[in-house]
Amino acid sequence: MDNGCFSSPRRDFPNGLRVLVVDDDPTWLKILEKMLKKCNYEVTTCCLARHALSLLRERKDGYDIVISDVNMPDMDGFKLLEHVGLEMDLPVIMMSVDGETSRVMKGVQHGACDYLLKPIRMKELRNIWQHVFRKRIHEVRDFENFESFESMHLMRNGSELSEEGNLFALEDMTSTKKRKDLDNKHDDKEFLDSSSSKKARVVWSVDLHQKFVKAVNQIGFDSKFLVKKYRLYLSRLQKDSEQKSSPSGMKHSDLPSKDVGNFNFPNSANKQQNDASIDRCNYSEGTLQHQNMETKSREGNPKGIVPHSTTAEKARPLTGNITDANIQPFAPLESERKRAAFDCTMSTPYSWTEIPKTQLKKEQKPVVHLEDNFNLLPFHGKKHNIQVDQSQSIASISSTPSISEKDVAACIETKPRFADYKKDYTSSVSSIRSSVDTFPFQPGSLIMMNDQPSQPISTTNFGLKTQSSNNLSCISDLESYQRNLLFGGEAASAAPLDEDLYFYWHNMNFGQPNIGMPEYYDPGLLTEVPNHLYDSADYLVIDQGLFIA
Amino acid sequence: MDRNNSRRQLAAMKQSLFDQGHLDEQFIQLEELQDDANPNFVEEIVTLYYRDSSRLISSLEQTLERNPLDFNKLDTIMHQFKGSSSSIGAKKVKAESTLIREYCRTGNAEGCRKSFQQMKKEYVALRKRLENYFQLARQAGPMDRASRPK
Repeated sequence: MDNGCFSSPRRDFPNGLRVLVVDDDPTWLKILEKMLKKCNYEVTTCCLARHALSLLRERKDGYDIVISDVNMPDMDGFKLLEHVGLEMDLPVIMMSVDGETSRVMKGVQHGACDYLLKPIRMKELRNIWQHVFRKRIHEVRDFENFESFESMHLMRNGSELSEEGNLFALEDMTSTKKRKDLDNKHDDKEFLDSSSSKKARVVWSVDLHQKFVKAVNQIGFDSKFLVKKYRLYLSRLQKDSEQKSSPSGMKHSDLPSKDVGNFNFPNSANKQQNDASIDRCNYSEGTLQHQNMETKSREGNPKGIVPHSTTAEKARPLTGNITDANIQPFAPLESERKRAAFDCTMSTPYSWTEIPKTQLKKEQKPVVHLEDNFNLLPFHGKKHNIQVDQSQSIASISSTPSISEKDVAACIETKPRFADYKKDYTSSVSSIRSSVDTFPFQPGSLIMMNDQPSQPISTTNFGLKTQSSNNLSCISDLESYQRNLLFGGEAASAAPLDEDLYFYWHNMNFGQPNIGMPEYYDPGLLTEVPNHLYDSADYLVIDQGLFIA
Repeated sequence: MDRNNSRRQLAAMKQSLFDQGHLDEQFIQLEELQDDANPNFVEEIVTLYYRDSSRLISSLEQTLERNPLDFNKLDTIMHQFKGSSSSIGAKKVKAESTLIREYCRTGNAEGCRKSFQQMKKEYVALRKRLENYFQLARQAGPMDRASRPK
């Protein structure tokens, strides 16, 4: 990986590495503190495991590594190890005076990145930074892998996403997947300052990557910052309802929320991003989305509705963001249904991001008022370019009316993946990312292609309106969950995106009857929806109650 | 002159502690950690050890008085005691702790009790010597850099 500049969080890494030491033995605690200080690390000591956990929870991203004894009176060291790994995703080193193989093995099994025997020598402590570094490298690698996956589809966009996006992506990567609640507090100000106007879709190009890496380096591994930025970004996007901030949407693509019908729209207004995967599609990043979709599908709600819980909350009101166009609401979608969809909690959609389910739940209650948006959304007749060949059944949401080949290709690529998912909601694609994030709702039509070629495709605008209030929380959730490869959520806003949303709707009916699928196909159903809402020309088949209220 | 004598005496005391196996490498590590920021680091650590180990010893005595002997509990306390002793490099005490744990594992109550008595003796002896050592050290004035026993 091109990590030439990928160094450490601090310029003089590993100096200043923030270590949390947990040991009930006061003598050892003092010795370790002294030793670590001599290594130029920043040390915090704790003699109770519970206290350590609360310290870690209250100061997320406040520590780089944890060293803990195995035998503690209030909590088993292995248990603490698990908690830390799950919630904070920090490297944990175990220590003990007992070096029995079985114990060491247990430690490794529980996820310890090292096991030290007491008495501990200072030289052993000097090198603990490698665990921190290694973790980060791997995270970036995951990111890169992901990125390359989509790289071909990514369109070049101004990428507002730029640094923020990168940061976010990194954040996703670095943030613990399990991270539950990222701080919601964020200062908009900071965020606003930093974000500039939205750019078009982000193209994950080489230089974007470099930018990203640079940004990461600058920011360091201060994921807290990233998360914050991300949040700010999201909220900003929300504010910019008028602007198409698709990038935000993009970000959400990763959102677990199984948004229904994600469309990515350049409209920032509709930040809903259905399904992270969809976002991906939008940005022709397709691949990302697909990935998300995959994950989502995995999480799939039994109902087959893409729960857009997470996103829903975060989703910003979709209305308003729709830039021009063709915002085609999902015809059959009734706001209610959508809500339902959104209500589903999205289990971590992203396979690679381990977003705790709990988080998803939080995001539930996305309120997606599609109906509301419908009005706002201009009826984009022409778009539907269902450029994606039905056969491909790849829905890519892209602002541009015409989906470039590569986009389609990208979608296609991902397609197979979805097939693998037995998600309940096939709509993973369509998952509307209510998450506010800022998914600018593309005026374009959302085209959902489903796997079945025969199915009509209808594009609908997703006027998912998510409660803005939820945005913040959603954002945080999203952040945590997604590894968004932030493809530029900002990028999404790019003008090119405004056109159609191609929604890849993977008809993943794994084990789920195609509920209502036929309905979707039935134009008659669409009659429910105001005509203007969708282009009669294309109907996207929404799988499993995506959007369909 | 006196100071030099004290220093020499100090060095000799330390040397003998090592030679007789009461202390191990860990003690040297502690001395190496001592610096201007913590000029009495070693003594502070040893003092902490006394406090912790005394508490554990009473707990051990209580446990050993019970019949039947609760081996699990004994083993748990011994584990802590062993860990604590390893912090200052109390070599003999540590070795006895390992032995007691082994007796716990095999359910040998008699072995546990006997070993404990032995361990307690070692502990008391070491403590005495260290107390003398530090007392002399205070008299001798600030110590120079830790010197390894020959």
